[in-house]
Amino acid sequence: MPIHDQSYRRYGGGKASPGRAWSVIARAGIMTMIRKRAFLGLLLFAWLPFVVRAVQIYVAANYPQTAALLGPDAKMFRQFLEQQDFFVFIMTIYVGAGLIAADRRANALQIYLSKPLLRTEYIAGKAAVLFTFIMVVTWLPGILLLFLQVMFKGSFEFLKANLFLFPAITVSSLLQALLATFTMLALSSLSKSSRYVGILYAGIIFFTAAIYGAMVAITADTSLSWLSVGSNIAQVGDVIFRLPPRYATPWQVSLIVVIGLIAVSLSVLERRVRGVEIVT
Amino acid sequence: MQSTDTYVPPRPVVTTDAVVHLDAVTVVYGSNRALKGVSAKFAPGAVGLLGPNGAGKSTMLKALLGFVKPNEGRMTVLGMDVAQHPLEIRARIGYMPESDAHIPGMNAVSFVAYCGQLAGLPAVDAMQRAHEVLYYVGLGEARYRNIDTYSTGMKQRIKLAQALVHDPDLLFLDEPTNGMDPKGRDEMLELIRVLGHNKNVNLILSSHLLPDVEFTCDHVIVMDKGQVVAQGPIAELKGPGGRVFELRVKGNLPAFLDVLHGAGLDCKSTDDDVMRVFVPARLSSAGEREASGRLPNDQRIIFELAAQHGVQVRHLRPSVPSLEDVFAKAVGEE
Repeated sequence: MPIHDQSYRRYGGGKASPGRAWSVIARAGIMTMIRKRAFLGLLLFAWLPFVVRAVQIYVAANYPQTAALLGPDAKMFRQFLEQQDFFVFIMTIYVGAGLIAADRRANALQIYLSKPLLRTEYIAGKAAVLFTFIMVVTWLPGILLLFLQVMFKGSFEFLKANLFLFPAITVSSLLQALLATFTMLALSSLSKSSRYVGILYAGIIFFTAAIYGAMVAITADTSLSWLSVGSNIAQVGDVIFRLPPRYATPWQVSLIVVIGLIAVSLSVLERRVRGVEIVT
Repeated sequence: MQSTDTYVPPRPVVTTDAVVHLDAVTVVYGSNRALKGVSAKFAPGAVGLLGPNGAGKSTMLKALLGFVKPNEGRMTVLGMDVAQHPLEIRARIGYMPESDAHIPGMNAVSFVAYCGQLAGLPAVDAMQRAHEVLYYVGLGEARYRNIDTYSTGMKQRIKLAQALVHDPDLLFLDEPTNGMDPKGRDEMLELIRVLGHNKNVNLILSSHLLPDVEFTCDHVIVMDKGQVVAQGPIAELKGPGGRVFELRVKGNLPAFLDVLHGAGLDCKSTDDDVMRVFVPARLSSAGEREASGRLPNDQRIIFELAAQHGVQVRHLRPSVPSLEDVFAKAVGEE
């Protein structure tokens, strides 16, 4: 039996002003994931390509005879981020599938929305969880590689010549993270089963890629690359890194598709995240 | 309690006696009018929101929380307009939903502390309050268990704890005793009664269980088919407008019921063959025994009607008017 009074007591302390609840949701979500060993393993695994690239940069910086073969350039950074696509895909499903679906299954939305927070805060908090982890496996290692190059080489020569790489890595990662975050959240709000959500997301990624692959096989033309979610990101990414676009589709079309998908996802979230589900 | 992060939500002066005020509120779901021009005032203290399933009780609470936007009408909670100050209102109310609701994957103390933080409490205060309210609702020993493993009764308690953690001025309790065993139900009702009467927490208890409302509340608002059919202090609604009798008769019961109704008496069958008969004050002299020592007027009316229609009165006993009588009268049950 504790020694303090177990009766109900009124609270006399201060309260935070409304508008900060999203950070509470985000922090709780991030901590929940970090406590999972399997997730930590995935996170470590996702950093292996970074280690490989770091060794590559080290060798190129310290053994000039290998510089022509291994020397860093914009293409290397672009390839690195493309390699991370696999981990972004896995992490999006692992982290994102249950973000809203689990709350819907446990009727938690009415708990959240009975507190002083807006629906946008709830969505922002949930989005921040997935967005953070995607950036941790894309933007953070990309920027660190840039700094490692400066450190191993001992000069700013490469950085000065490729100053656009900093915004390129940032914008490319941002676009990928925003698309993955909001499409996954929208799908997560449609179901109470995180398993179905994960399958649905994977289905959309693979199905759109398959459709595009079939069209290429039939027409021998890549101008329909906008049909594939992954191809749109790849096309825009190439342009951001000042590389020749790999598909015949205008990059503006790919960008519009990406922005359109984010807009549709936000619209779905606006409809689905409510304190009460009205069936008429 | 520590008082960091010293934002204190605005507490506007309540210009009316009512903590909640609805003015001609209509809520329509598709073709279904869940609330039909409801006007009601919830007095400070404990108020019961009573009505059969589908009466519109939960819809009213959800409209007050801002979950549902009314098609017409205006609502104020604690003096603030629901449409204009939803966040300020929700900072000062606690909501215990009807359905099972929790945040998955958390133990009880983490869940309640998390809810406290969502309501604006600093992390340390939220954790301290979480421990306190969990002891208060009787989950002290189980507070480190995952909520997914809780029984139905424990889930009801955890819902009350999350509604209380930020110390609301007004509690919305939607069917708080659903699924609880008799002992747990009594404990829950006692907690609610103490909150409403000793801890200065205003509360609105939505229930279809008359004894729950009668035990915990001072005022009641009775709803039926999306409308308010009676409202006021329970004591006032229960009397002294007449007297209630338990009556058992032998004879043509349907015909006699018609006779009683025709004479202006309300009848309602209960368990077995006993019915409850309400004799309005206008038909009796409030049960006072006449100087001659004859039966009181209200009892005589029943005997006389029975005699006139050849029905034997086998049992007639005065009864205390209950909220059930008020409810039955309000919603027109027979």
